[in-house]
Amino acid sequence: MSPLNIKKGSTKHSAYNLRSTFSDVQETHTLAVLVANEPGVLARVIGLFSGRGYNIDSLTVAEVDHAGHTSRITIVTTGTPQVIEQIKAQLGRIVPVHEVHDLTVEGGSVERELALIKVEGSGEKRVEALRLADIFRAQVVDSTLHSFVFQITGTPEKVDAFVDLMRPLGLVEVARTGVAALSRGV
Amino acid sequence: MVVQALKDQGVDTVFGYPGGAVLPIYDEIFQQNGIRHYLVRHEQGAVHAAEGYARATGKPGVVLVTSGPGATNAVTGLTDALMDSIPIVVLTGQVPTFMIGSDAFQEADTVGITRPCTKHNWLVKDTDQLSGIIHEAFHVATSGRPGPVLIDIPKDVQFASGTYTEKAKAKVSHYQPQLKGDMEMITQLVEALETAERPIFYTGGGVINSGPGASQLLRELVDATGIPITSTLMGLGCYPASGKNWLGMLGMHGLYEANLAMHGCDLMINVGARFDDRITGRLDAFSPKSRKAHIDIDPSSINKVIRVDMPIIGDVGHVLEDILKVWKARGRKVNKEGLQKWWHQIEQWRAVDCLKYKPSEKSIRPQYALDRLEQLTKGRDRYITTEVGQHQMWAAQYLGFEDPNRWMTSGGLGTMGYGTPASIGVQVAHPDALVINVAGEASWLMNMQEMSTAVQYRLPVKQFILNNERLGMVRQWQELLHGERYSHSWSEALPDFVKLAEAFGCKGILCKDPADLDDAIMEMLNYDGPVIFDCLVEKHENCFPMIPSGEPHNKMLLGEASTKDAIGSKGAVMV
Repeated sequence: MSPLNIKKGSTKHSAYNLRSTFSDVQETHTLAVLVANEPGVLARVIGLFSGRGYNIDSLTVAEVDHAGHTSRITIVTTGTPQVIEQIKAQLGRIVPVHEVHDLTVEGGSVERELALIKVEGSGEKRVEALRLADIFRAQVVDSTLHSFVFQITGTPEKVDAFVDLMRPLGLVEVARTGVAALSRGV
Repeated sequence: MVVQALKDQGVDTVFGYPGGAVLPIYDEIFQQNGIRHYLVRHEQGAVHAAEGYARATGKPGVVLVTSGPGATNAVTGLTDALMDSIPIVVLTGQVPTFMIGSDAFQEADTVGITRPCTKHNWLVKDTDQLSGIIHEAFHVATSGRPGPVLIDIPKDVQFASGTYTEKAKAKVSHYQPQLKGDMEMITQLVEALETAERPIFYTGGGVINSGPGASQLLRELVDATGIPITSTLMGLGCYPASGKNWLGMLGMHGLYEANLAMHGCDLMINVGARFDDRITGRLDAFSPKSRKAHIDIDPSSINKVIRVDMPIIGDVGHVLEDILKVWKARGRKVNKEGLQKWWHQIEQWRAVDCLKYKPSEKSIRPQYALDRLEQLTKGRDRYITTEVGQHQMWAAQYLGFEDPNRWMTSGGLGTMGYGTPASIGVQVAHPDALVINVAGEASWLMNMQEMSTAVQYRLPVKQFILNNERLGMVRQWQELLHGERYSHSWSEALPDFVKLAEAFGCKGILCKDPADLDDAIMEMLNYDGPVIFDCLVEKHENCFPMIPSGEPHNKMLLGEASTKDAIGSKGAVMV
């Protein structure tokens, strides 16, 4: 709850950040962490989250600049505003961490996830699965006479929705990459 | 190559213990004279000794131990150094690279085990990178908020020859913490300081870590503004105990006047402290009416537990310099009238005399023992280390520290067994100084093997043991909070410390009569060599003042000093 009872999204927020950082509101933030690509760096980041009791909703990591030995870790985490602030400060303290960006507060961002979804079935269910895949712009990347593997990209919500629809149609297995995110604009 | 890199870093002292996986480095050490190696008796002792050395000199302490058990034994010391922000560089041997992961003899996943208890650590897989990593390790350990680092060096990397990178040519590290504080925030703080009616400086170990210059600037600022100052356990010595604005230590066993001043202030200026739970007590009742400024080099310390109004990220020395500059430029203003009232109030609290005790004629009260130690060593170049427990708090209360880097105690981690090895490290750094480890008998037994080190290197450390045959602090909590059920908190079958001293080849002194205490302490001070002083003290003494866990600063338990007058006075309204 905002202590001054200003509605969320009100312009009164624009000049000062009046929100108490000690509220109990749980927020979900997407953090982009640029790190030196050296052994153990992921263990340091994950160890920080487990050691200090923070949540990880999703985590992706890959090298993004081979010449510069830089990897990008995208973490989706949930916590009170105070915990989110602590997470960012603690991440920034790790020696091989070069930059920490909170994409949720630094203006808009695009967030995408890729999932591979295996569905087994025949007859009407098989046709229905294919039809829904078409609506969701999922691609068929593997097929047998009794199964499909769909590839879908989109926001986590879109992937969730697709997976839910596939469940009664013979869902066998799901593999998700977790969220990759970039800020909008330059 | 390791030895060369250490020399390049200006290292002349290493504490260590050899073993199979570090033999090549020990072989190099054998063939040179620039670095002096001190052989400890346990790897934990090596790390604590290096901590003592670092805290007494401001230089990083260096440790060399072997793989497996050598590394795991160092873990407590590393965690201790991390909690207290002490710069330490630990070199560990490791099994050869091609054997890593094979459960080889004395293999342990050292970088994995020490990852959460170091500021950073490295496993060196290539000899060409070894020297560069050592230089970077020193940079990381000493810059920003200092801390322990560890370099794990496999034996084949030690044997192989590679290219040496000089310190000057080493890659510039990406790790460059901000030193200068934000000027706008500093100006805001100065404005607050000019008008505050009840300001207080709350200082901590960050002042000590920032170097002697920071303590000097702090003294100048405090004396020029006339603002009262208190300090955490870690910050003792940053402002002289004899200084006129000194309120004494604050916190769970802090002084009455210091805690009440923290509770009742309207402007709190936190300089290099971190709102530890031993300081704040109950969070929602911590100094409820004050605006708070927080100067800290570590951004993660800001707003971690206490929300502050004026966060200033930067090195204490740099920020204090800017505060002084701005304050002087704006005409050296303070709220004289407010301060006068504030001091009047503080004097009333001080009149409670919370450290008062009645010396006994029958037995030595621990407060009396420390009082006499203080009187008999005052004015000497004196370094104090402690173990952890009641004696540690009494030492902080009854001993006065005039300068920084004179007080070495395990604050954050509270490591029993810290004091003896730390005293050795301090004495190594200052061979001619008086180094006393104020200990309890239970803590002292935890790392007593290091007396052998002291004897070997003729380090005249004085082990001043307040022996109550109890785990005093545990006993106190059991008495106050667990219905006087003293579960496993007394020491049976204690050794005869005088005979133990003789067995180690040093001097032992036993004292149990208060009438003999002065002579016995003088005998300890005059003896040119290590001493184990067994001071039998009152067994059921409690350490007061005390803020029980979960209570705010104004709910303090006092010992023999009565609170009645103070609570009845006008000041009580304010707190």
